[in-house]
Amino acid sequence: MTAHDPGCERCEELLQGYLDRDLAPDEVVVAEGHLDGCDYCRRRYRFEEELRRYIRVSASERMPAGLLEKLAALRDERPAF
Amino acid sequence: MSETEAADARRIAAEALGRVRFEEEALELADQVYRVARRLVGTREEAEELVQETYVRAFRSWSSYTPGTNMRAWLFRILTNLNLDRGRKLQRTPDQQPLEEGDYFLANKLAAAEGEQALDQERVVEKLSQDNVVGALSELPHDFRDVVVLVDIGEFSYADAAQILDVPMGTVMSRLHRGRRILKQKLAEESLA
Repeated sequence: MTAHDPGCERCEELLQGYLDRDLAPDEVVVAEGHLDGCDYCRRRYRFEEELRRYIRVSASERMPAGLLEKLAALRDERPAF
Repeated sequence: MSETEAADARRIAAEALGRVRFEEEALELADQVYRVARRLVGTREEAEELVQETYVRAFRSWSSYTPGTNMRAWLFRILTNLNLDRGRKLQRTPDQQPLEEGDYFLANKLAAAEGEQALDQERVVEKLSQDNVVGALSELPHDFRDVVVLVDIGEFSYADAAQILDVPMGTVMSRLHRGRRILKQKLAEESLA
Protein backbone atom coordinates (compact mmCIF):
# COMPACT_ATOMS: atom_id res chain seq x y z
CA MET A 1 0.00 0.00 0.00
CA THR A 2 1.37 3.41 -0.89
CA ALA A 3 0.30 6.90 0.01
CA HIS A 4 -2.77 8.28 -1.75
CA ASP A 5 -1.51 11.24 -3.69
CA PRO A 6 1.59 13.38 -4.30
CA GLY A 7 0.75 15.40 -1.19
CA CYS A 8 0.98 12.23 0.93
CA GLU A 9 4.23 11.24 -0.71
CA ARG A 10 5.71 14.65 0.04
CA CYS A 11 4.42 14.40 3.61
CA GLU A 12 6.07 11.01 4.03
CA GLU A 13 9.37 12.50 2.86
CA LEU A 14 9.09 15.39 5.31
CA LEU A 15 7.74 13.52 8.31
CA GLN A 16 10.98 12.29 9.89
CA GLY A 17 12.54 15.73 9.57
CA TYR A 18 9.36 17.21 11.03
CA LEU A 19 9.58 14.88 14.03
CA ASP A 20 13.28 15.78 14.40
CA ARG A 21 12.38 19.49 14.22
CA ASP A 22 14.83 19.74 11.39
CA LEU A 23 12.72 21.17 8.56
CA ALA A 24 13.09 24.57 6.94
CA PRO A 25 10.20 26.92 7.79
CA ASP A 26 8.61 26.55 4.34
CA GLU A 27 8.74 22.76 4.68
CA VAL A 28 7.06 22.95 8.09
CA VAL A 29 4.22 24.88 6.43
CA VAL A 30 3.88 22.20 3.75
CA ALA A 31 3.96 19.33 6.29
CA GLU A 32 1.52 20.94 8.72
CA GLY A 33 -0.79 22.06 5.92
CA HIS A 34 -1.00 18.51 4.65
CA LEU A 35 -1.32 16.90 8.09
CA ASP A 36 -4.21 19.23 8.92
CA GLY A 37 -6.28 17.93 6.04
CA CYS A 38 -5.22 14.29 5.72
CA ASP A 39 -6.38 11.56 8.11
CA TYR A 40 -4.15 9.00 6.45
CA CYS A 41 -0.95 10.95 7.09
CA ARG A 42 -2.05 12.30 10.48
CA ARG A 43 -2.53 8.75 11.70
CA ARG A 44 0.95 7.86 10.45
CA TYR A 45 2.43 10.96 12.05
CA ARG A 46 0.98 9.98 15.43
CA PHE A 47 2.09 6.42 14.91
CA GLU A 48 5.67 7.49 14.13
CA GLU A 49 5.74 9.78 17.13
CA GLU A 50 4.52 7.02 19.43
CA LEU A 51 6.86 4.48 17.82
CA ARG A 52 9.87 6.66 18.60
CA ARG A 53 8.81 7.08 22.20
CA TYR A 54 8.17 3.37 22.51
CA ILE A 55 11.54 2.44 20.99
CA ARG A 56 13.34 4.77 23.40
CA VAL A 57 11.51 3.38 26.42
CA SER A 58 11.73 -0.29 25.37
CA ALA A 59 15.43 -0.13 24.56
CA SER A 60 16.43 1.62 27.78
CA GLU A 61 17.77 -0.71 30.40
CA ARG A 62 18.82 0.63 33.76
CA MET A 63 22.37 0.29 34.92
CA PRO A 64 22.81 -2.97 36.87
CA ALA A 65 23.07 -2.74 40.64
CA GLY A 66 26.65 -2.41 41.77
CA LEU A 67 28.04 -0.94 38.55
CA LEU A 68 28.16 2.60 39.92
CA GLU A 69 30.20 1.42 42.90
CA LYS A 70 32.59 -0.40 40.56
CA LEU A 71 33.02 2.74 38.50
CA ALA A 72 33.55 4.89 41.58
CA ALA A 73 36.23 2.46 42.74
CA LEU A 74 38.08 2.90 39.45
CA ARG A 75 39.06 6.36 40.65
CA ASP A 76 41.56 4.69 42.93
CA GLU A 77 43.41 3.23 39.94
CA ARG A 78 44.22 6.67 38.65
CA PRO A 79 47.87 7.65 38.59
CA ALA A 80 49.12 9.73 41.51
CA PHE A 81 49.38 13.48 41.11
CA MET B 1 56.62 28.36 53.11
CA SER B 2 58.12 30.43 50.31
CA GLU B 3 55.92 32.21 47.80
CA THR B 4 56.78 29.67 45.14
CA GLU B 5 55.84 26.82 47.44
CA ALA B 6 52.59 28.53 48.30
CA ALA B 7 51.78 29.00 44.60
CA ASP B 8 52.56 25.35 43.96
CA ALA B 9 50.31 24.29 46.82
CA ARG B 10 47.47 26.43 45.43
CA ARG B 11 47.92 24.99 41.96
CA ILE B 12 47.92 21.41 43.27
CA ALA B 13 44.82 22.08 45.37
CA ALA B 14 43.01 23.61 42.38
CA GLU B 15 43.95 20.67 40.21
CA ALA B 16 42.76 18.18 42.82
CA LEU B 17 39.46 20.02 43.11
CA GLY B 18 39.05 20.07 39.33
CA ARG B 19 39.71 16.38 39.21
CA VAL B 20 37.21 15.54 41.92
CA ARG B 21 34.56 17.64 40.19
CA PHE B 22 35.29 15.95 36.90
CA GLU B 23 34.95 12.50 38.47
CA GLU B 24 31.70 13.36 40.18
CA GLU B 25 30.21 14.76 36.99
CA ALA B 26 31.33 11.70 35.02
CA LEU B 27 29.83 9.30 37.58
CA GLU B 28 26.51 11.15 37.47
CA LEU B 29 26.28 10.21 33.78
CA ALA B 30 26.92 6.50 34.39
CA ASP B 31 23.32 5.39 33.95
CA GLN B 32 22.99 7.21 30.62
CA VAL B 33 26.31 5.79 29.46
CA TYR B 34 25.20 2.28 30.35
CA ARG B 35 21.82 2.62 28.59
CA VAL B 36 23.51 3.47 25.30
CA ALA B 37 26.34 0.97 25.76
CA ARG B 38 23.81 -1.79 26.38
CA ARG B 39 22.32 -1.30 22.90
CA LEU B 40 25.68 -1.10 21.16
CA VAL B 41 26.85 -4.52 22.31
CA GLY B 42 25.24 -7.94 22.52
CA THR B 43 25.09 -8.73 26.21
CA ARG B 44 24.74 -7.09 29.59
CA GLU B 45 28.19 -8.33 30.60
CA GLU B 46 29.81 -6.79 27.53
CA ALA B 47 28.01 -3.53 28.21
CA GLU B 48 29.28 -3.47 31.80
CA GLU B 49 32.82 -4.14 30.61
CA LEU B 50 32.61 -1.45 27.96
CA VAL B 51 31.34 1.09 30.49
CA GLN B 52 34.11 0.19 32.94
CA GLU B 53 36.78 0.49 30.25
CA THR B 54 35.30 3.85 29.30
CA TYR B 55 35.57 5.13 32.86
CA VAL B 56 39.10 3.77 33.31
CA ARG B 57 40.17 5.73 30.25
CA ALA B 58 38.14 8.80 31.21
CA PHE B 59 39.64 8.95 34.70
CA ARG B 60 43.13 8.58 33.25
CA SER B 61 42.72 11.23 30.62
CA TRP B 62 40.60 13.64 32.63
CA SER B 63 43.01 16.49 31.99
CA SER B 64 42.18 16.42 28.27
CA TYR B 65 38.57 17.30 29.09
CA THR B 66 37.83 21.02 29.00
CA PRO B 67 35.54 21.96 31.92
CA GLY B 68 32.24 23.46 30.79
CA THR B 69 32.16 21.58 27.49
CA ASN B 70 29.88 18.64 26.73
CA MET B 71 31.07 15.85 29.01
CA ARG B 72 28.40 13.43 27.85
CA ALA B 73 29.66 13.71 24.25
CA TRP B 74 33.26 13.47 25.48
CA LEU B 75 32.53 10.22 27.35
CA PHE B 76 30.66 8.72 24.42
CA ARG B 77 33.53 9.53 22.10
CA ILE B 78 35.73 7.36 24.34
CA LEU B 79 33.07 4.67 24.50
CA THR B 80 32.48 4.41 20.75
CA ASN B 81 36.23 4.36 20.05
CA LEU B 82 36.71 1.57 22.58
CA ASN B 83 33.83 -0.31 21.03
CA LEU B 84 35.55 -0.09 17.65
CA ASP B 85 38.79 -1.29 19.22
CA ARG B 86 37.00 -4.35 20.57
CA GLY B 87 37.23 -5.87 17.14
CA ARG B 88 33.95 -4.62 15.91
CA LYS B 89 35.48 -3.67 12.58
CA LEU B 90 35.71 -7.36 11.76
CA GLN B 91 31.97 -7.71 12.04
CA ARG B 92 31.16 -4.87 9.70
CA THR B 93 29.00 -5.59 6.71
CA PRO B 94 28.76 -2.20 5.01
CA ASP B 95 27.98 -3.58 1.57
CA GLN B 96 24.96 -5.50 2.73
CA GLN B 97 22.29 -2.89 2.25
CA PRO B 98 18.76 -4.07 2.90
CA LEU B 99 16.10 -3.17 0.39
CA GLU B 100 15.07 0.41 0.82
CA GLU B 101 11.47 0.88 1.91
CA GLY B 102 9.61 4.11 2.63
CA ASP B 103 9.18 5.75 6.01
CA TYR B 104 5.56 4.61 6.23
CA PHE B 105 6.54 0.96 5.66
CA LEU B 106 5.77 -0.41 9.13
CA ALA B 107 2.61 1.69 9.48
CA ASN B 108 1.35 0.53 6.10
CA LYS B 109 2.08 -3.11 6.89
CA LEU B 110 0.20 -2.91 10.18
CA ALA B 111 -2.70 -1.04 8.57
CA ALA B 112 -2.90 -3.55 5.71
CA ALA B 113 -2.97 -6.45 8.18
CA GLU B 114 -5.42 -5.04 10.70
CA GLY B 115 -6.95 -1.84 9.39
CA GLU B 116 -6.10 1.80 9.99
CA GLN B 117 -7.08 1.56 13.68
CA ALA B 118 -3.99 -0.61 14.22
CA LEU B 119 -2.00 2.63 14.06
CA ASP B 120 -3.71 4.32 16.97
CA GLN B 121 -1.23 5.37 19.60
CA GLU B 122 -2.36 3.09 22.38
CA ARG B 123 -2.06 0.06 20.09
CA VAL B 124 1.62 0.47 19.24
CA VAL B 125 2.52 -1.13 22.56
CA GLU B 126 0.15 -4.03 21.86
CA LYS B 127 1.57 -4.66 18.41
CA LEU B 128 5.27 -4.46 19.24
CA SER B 129 6.88 -6.10 22.22
CA GLN B 130 9.96 -4.81 23.96
CA ASP B 131 11.75 -7.91 22.65
CA ASN B 132 10.79 -6.95 19.09
CA VAL B 133 12.42 -3.55 19.55
CA VAL B 134 15.57 -4.85 21.22
CA GLY B 135 15.89 -7.64 18.63
CA ALA B 136 15.40 -5.31 15.67
CA LEU B 137 17.96 -2.82 17.02
CA SER B 138 20.53 -5.55 17.54
CA GLU B 139 20.15 -6.64 13.92
CA LEU B 140 20.88 -3.22 12.44
CA PRO B 141 24.22 -2.95 10.62
CA HIS B 142 26.70 -1.36 13.06
CA ASP B 143 27.18 1.95 11.30
CA PHE B 144 23.43 2.54 11.29
CA ARG B 145 22.92 1.22 14.78
CA ASP B 146 25.50 3.57 16.32
CA VAL B 147 23.66 6.59 14.97
CA VAL B 148 20.15 5.35 15.77
CA VAL B 149 21.18 4.43 19.32
CA LEU B 150 22.95 7.74 19.96
CA VAL B 151 20.14 9.92 18.58
CA ASP B 152 16.99 7.95 19.33
CA ILE B 153 18.00 6.36 22.63
CA GLY B 154 20.83 8.57 23.88
CA GLU B 155 18.92 11.65 22.71
CA PHE B 156 22.01 13.29 21.24
CA SER B 157 21.68 16.01 18.62
CA TYR B 158 22.90 15.32 15.08
CA ALA B 159 25.87 17.59 15.78
CA ASP B 160 26.86 15.72 18.95
CA ALA B 161 26.49 12.35 17.23
CA ALA B 162 28.73 13.60 14.41
CA GLN B 163 31.35 14.72 16.92
CA ILE B 164 31.18 11.45 18.87
CA LEU B 165 31.47 9.24 15.79
CA ASP B 166 33.88 11.58 14.01
CA VAL B 167 31.83 11.68 10.81
CA PRO B 168 30.25 14.64 8.98
CA MET B 169 26.77 15.69 10.06
CA GLY B 170 25.38 14.76 6.64
CA THR B 171 26.58 11.21 7.24
CA VAL B 172 24.82 11.14 10.61
CA MET B 173 21.61 12.30 8.99
CA SER B 174 21.69 9.81 6.14
CA ARG B 175 22.63 6.88 8.42
CA LEU B 176 19.94 7.87 10.88
CA HIS B 177 17.34 8.10 8.17
CA ARG B 178 18.26 4.77 6.62
CA GLY B 179 18.82 3.12 10.00
CA ARG B 180 15.31 4.03 11.12
CA ARG B 181 13.87 2.67 7.89
CA ILE B 182 15.74 -0.62 8.27
CA LEU B 183 14.60 -0.78 11.89
CA LYS B 184 10.99 -0.42 10.79
CA GLN B 185 11.42 -3.15 8.19
CA LYS B 186 12.77 -5.46 10.88
CA LEU B 187 9.96 -4.55 13.26
CA ALA B 188 7.46 -5.28 10.50
CA GLU B 189 9.06 -8.68 9.89
CA GLU B 190 9.07 -9.55 13.58
CA SER B 191 5.68 -8.22 14.59
CA LEU B 192 3.80 -9.62 11.61
CA ALA B 193 5.60 -12.95 11.45
